[in-house]
Amino acid sequence: MRKQILLIAMFAAAATMAESAETINAAGATFPAPIYQKWFEAFHKLHPDIQINYQAIGSGGGIRQLSEGTVDFGASDMPMTDEQLSKVTKYKVLHFPTVLGGIVPAYNVPGAASMNFSGETLSGIYLGKIKKWNDPALMKDNPGVKLPNEDITVVHRSDGSGTSFVFSDYLAKVSPEWKSKVGVNASVNWPVGLGGKGNEGVAGLVKQTPFSIGYVELFYALQNKMEYGSMKNAAGSFVKADFNSVSDAAAGAAKNMPADFRVSINNAPGKNSYPISTFTWLLIPDKISDATKKKSIVDFLQFMMTTGQADAQGLSYAPLPKQVVDKEQKQIALIK
Amino acid sequence: MGTAVVTAPQTSRSRKVVRFWRDGDQIAHLVTLIFAASVFVVTVFLVYELWIHSAPSRAKFGFGFLTGRVWDPVAEQFGALPFIYGTVLTSFIALLISVPLGVGAAIFLSELAPPSLSNACTFLVELLAAVPSVILGLLAIFTLVPIMRQYIEPFLKHTLGDLPLFQGPAYGVGYLTAGLILAIMTFPFIISISREALLAVPREQREAALALGATKWESTWQIVVPYARLGILGSIFLALARALGETMAVTMVIGNDTGIHTSLLSPGYTIAAIIANEFTEATGDIYLSSLVELGLVLFALTMVLNAAAQMLIIATTGKGSKQP
Repeated sequence: MRKQILLIAMFAAAATMAESAETINAAGATFPAPIYQKWFEAFHKLHPDIQINYQAIGSGGGIRQLSEGTVDFGASDMPMTDEQLSKVTKYKVLHFPTVLGGIVPAYNVPGAASMNFSGETLSGIYLGKIKKWNDPALMKDNPGVKLPNEDITVVHRSDGSGTSFVFSDYLAKVSPEWKSKVGVNASVNWPVGLGGKGNEGVAGLVKQTPFSIGYVELFYALQNKMEYGSMKNAAGSFVKADFNSVSDAAAGAAKNMPADFRVSINNAPGKNSYPISTFTWLLIPDKISDATKKKSIVDFLQFMMTTGQADAQGLSYAPLPKQVVDKEQKQIALIK
Repeated sequence: MGTAVVTAPQTSRSRKVVRFWRDGDQIAHLVTLIFAASVFVVTVFLVYELWIHSAPSRAKFGFGFLTGRVWDPVAEQFGALPFIYGTVLTSFIALLISVPLGVGAAIFLSELAPPSLSNACTFLVELLAAVPSVILGLLAIFTLVPIMRQYIEPFLKHTLGDLPLFQGPAYGVGYLTAGLILAIMTFPFIISISREALLAVPREQREAALALGATKWESTWQIVVPYARLGILGSIFLALARALGETMAVTMVIGNDTGIHTSLLSPGYTIAAIIANEFTEATGDIYLSSLVELGLVLFALTMVLNAAAQMLIIATTGKGSKQP
């Protein structure tokens, strides 16, 4: 009974709010959802007449809803493909990077303190070709680390996710065999390994299973104090993921950034760049017929690129480098 | 005179209408009929929606979808066999454990236990039945999986390792663990409904059996349980339906591997689990409609298994769904 009253009160509150404010609906990626919620709330405080509702239904769902025009804008961890863009006829979709995330190889090898991985060893492990922890390729990258003669238990995400998209994209960039055999997608046909649902599923399996390896988002590894390895970047140095090395990857990739921001920054150049990093994007239509709505969305984009970026590190996301913000400022003019 | 002739049938008709509506039976009949029909309408609508939205996948793969063993979202090659196999296998393991456990417990609680104990246990059972599956799944990840990996699976490999059913590395996640968690989820249903069915057996039945010289156990096992057979079977059907469709807890402990393995210790996949895992991020048309077709397959599978169970009962008892 109390639950019902609460529910009715909530509906009533929602109804009155909808009446007094301009409501903007958005849907998409789950990975940046915490910071988006924070931004929308802060933005609402600055502009009490604007209310942005965000449904974290996943990148694919965000792209679908935007294409069907059921939301005002979408959000995604993967850039839309040419095919997806060609299906949206009412308007063109603009990609606005918001923050960055890194993906780290988390492992559970008793006695091995800090490990190094390279594109070759990581793809070898996920292709099922490197089966033991004391494989010569792993030994070579980890001088001085005592690696046991044990089978590697490989763990991957079972749910379709932007994380898997970025991870498989990285493996495809560093391994031609991965590219031809498995490919890049939010879900792929994994050659080996156990599937864990969500970051927590992968983390749970890795923490409990001795001699296992998985991949999780950087913020998840930091918040849960998981052991994760350094990655060899395109410049040949081993880099441990943190906010700076992830932002460096974006800065490294910024020079060759295409005008529409649809870019993978995996394996980016730069001595300090962390190689498995990604932007996450807002997907904004270039034609917004409702003038007040258009102004609200543009205002929000400005807020996100300036004040909003300061919130990023507190929630374990890497902020956008300046070069990217400058470029995005120009793209705002395209919204008509 | 003319007008009277015309109005007479009208009044009698309106009187009929009034009498019809004042007579509560008809209204009750109509209202409940509509409610009952809604079950039919929802089911038909469900199948229709699944059928329509799976059209691209049905056109591309045909019946090969049911026997296909590859699930590759990148190459857009989809087959349902690993998921059908996983769904049937885990549900079978679950019932293998939960049916004897549930029916046994129900017999004890309804026939043999002192009332205070019976009531306390029944309360706990109903509490257990109400635990959300995601909670059980999380508990399973952090408690059941380590126990399986460290103790139960090595023990099974050590003792029964010669059978192909218990080979391969002990990950802790897999068909067996998923079956176990399903057993935990289904046995409260079996206990709860079977107990009700057993309690509904008339007192005279027991008294007659005892009067004929049967012991307490003989009267329970040979008279009361057969009398409550239909209720008990109903509880098992409900448990089967829940096991087939269970999603969250299973996907957290089954290992989500798209292969088909003989060993119960291997990771596998179920239909409900792959739909839950991949639906949100599925983008291509064929990919989406293949997931919808999996839903259709699950629906058909539930019907087929239920029908098979009914047939099995008719064959073994020769009486079908009539009370003895």
